[in-house]
Amino acid sequence: MPSYSTNEFRSGLKLMIDGDPYTIVENEFVKPGKGQAFNRVRVKNLKTGRTVEKTWKSGDSVEAADVVDREMEYLYKEGDDYYFMATDGSFEQVAAPATSMEDAVKWLRGNEVCVVTLWNEVPLTVTPPNFVELKIVETDPGLKGDTASGGTKPAILETGAVVKVPLYMNQDEVLRIDTRTGEYISRVK
Amino acid sequence: MNWQPTASIQALKARACLYQQLRAFFHARGVLEVETPALSQAGNTDPQISSFSVNTPQGLRYLHTSPEYPMKRLLAAGSGDIYQLCKVWRQDEAGRKHNPEFTMLEYYRVGFTYQQLMQEVTELLHLVLPQLTTEPRILSYRQAFLEILGLDPHQASIEQLKACAQQQQLDVQGELSQQAWLDLLFTHCIEASFPNDRLTFICHYPAKQAALARVRLEEGQWVAERFEVYLGPLELGNGYQEQTDAAQLERVLVADAKQQTQALPLDLRFIAAVQAGLPFSAGIALGVDRILLCRLQAKQLPSLLSFAWELA
Repeated sequence: MPSYSTNEFRSGLKLMIDGDPYTIVENEFVKPGKGQAFNRVRVKNLKTGRTVEKTWKSGDSVEAADVVDREMEYLYKEGDDYYFMATDGSFEQVAAPATSMEDAVKWLRGNEVCVVTLWNEVPLTVTPPNFVELKIVETDPGLKGDTASGGTKPAILETGAVVKVPLYMNQDEVLRIDTRTGEYISRVK
Repeated sequence: MNWQPTASIQALKARACLYQQLRAFFHARGVLEVETPALSQAGNTDPQISSFSVNTPQGLRYLHTSPEYPMKRLLAAGSGDIYQLCKVWRQDEAGRKHNPEFTMLEYYRVGFTYQQLMQEVTELLHLVLPQLTTEPRILSYRQAFLEILGLDPHQASIEQLKACAQQQQLDVQGELSQQAWLDLLFTHCIEASFPNDRLTFICHYPAKQAALARVRLEEGQWVAERFEVYLGPLELGNGYQEQTDAAQLERVLVADAKQQTQALPLDLRFIAAVQAGLPFSAGIALGVDRILLCRLQAKQLPSLLSFAWELA
């Protein structure tokens, strides 16, 4: 497995630390006037999602993690696995375990192109598209004409996700959602 | 193609204004501005500093990492007080507070003790950083460790330093020497405790880190007559009571060179000059880009360079 010198450290670089894959969030070079230089690095564990700080002596090498991000289309769910297919024309498929899906499941109904992060070719995390369009299946009846009060109410979407929507929205209407914040953006006509 | 400068025009003007103030300061005190070669036949043997080398028809030359050796040759030749404002280069030093090519202000005062130099550096920094109104705090390396971490850096074992780092929740990958543990605790914990509204001077580093400074016995401990000046956690400069003992300097250079991964030619002309007689003097190297960073209260050093390393 190749390795990276601390001189090559930058955000997004994938490293193996104590047997787990990590990505660099932030790298800072620190050096006393005379003496040992260090790289003080914030790294995120790609398995647990936890971010921690670690320090290396500058010039040390760290094993690279075989982690790649691939664009893949969500096909279907079977048992606890979610099946994805590569969009690069290779038709390669992978099964992502429920543990790798986290919040992504809330937004997926099928055919969305997601980013699947693979570690040694096994799905580690699934990131849904930034924006999805989903139908409301259940909400209180809309208050006609109330477009100004700014109030919200909960609405259940076809995927089971619950989001806050303006009071005038009705069942069967389609919403545009930002999956990074889980917030309603607009009504889709 | 990104051709535009990294720095704003305002930052360029602020730099020009700073240089004028620095030059006026030294002119008023009768300190002579000098220039020395940037490309030298000898490299810096400091094991923690890596020089760039350049192939020339006359063989390998090294870009200076500070103008220290040739300026001391001038001192030995009777130049009297001298200063230099110049670009220097250090490999592998890049980040928010570092650029591999940066501007240094190096100056020497003949007959000064390092305490007198600390006083003058305070006047200089208070002049160019008008936000400084409180007098600086001067404390020894040992005091800083005792105050912040409750351990004596001259006595602590590797195990004690390791335990202290753990207590401070520092997660270190790989093995460190005793001095590297001290460097870790100093850079990660102690520097962070320095106040942002006044200068902090740290003096009397362990004798092992004397470099080209004199050493002396202090409370039964050999320490370097060396100081660093900080504003907040940012180191601005590194000053010495200059070592004038040629044999001692040669020992330091030879020992350092052995730790280098590549063979570096020692500056024998520098040693010869000290043998001929380096006057009693104190000197300091200040990071000019960092002074500008404090003056403009900017966050990133590269934002003050006309063209940062990636765009150079």
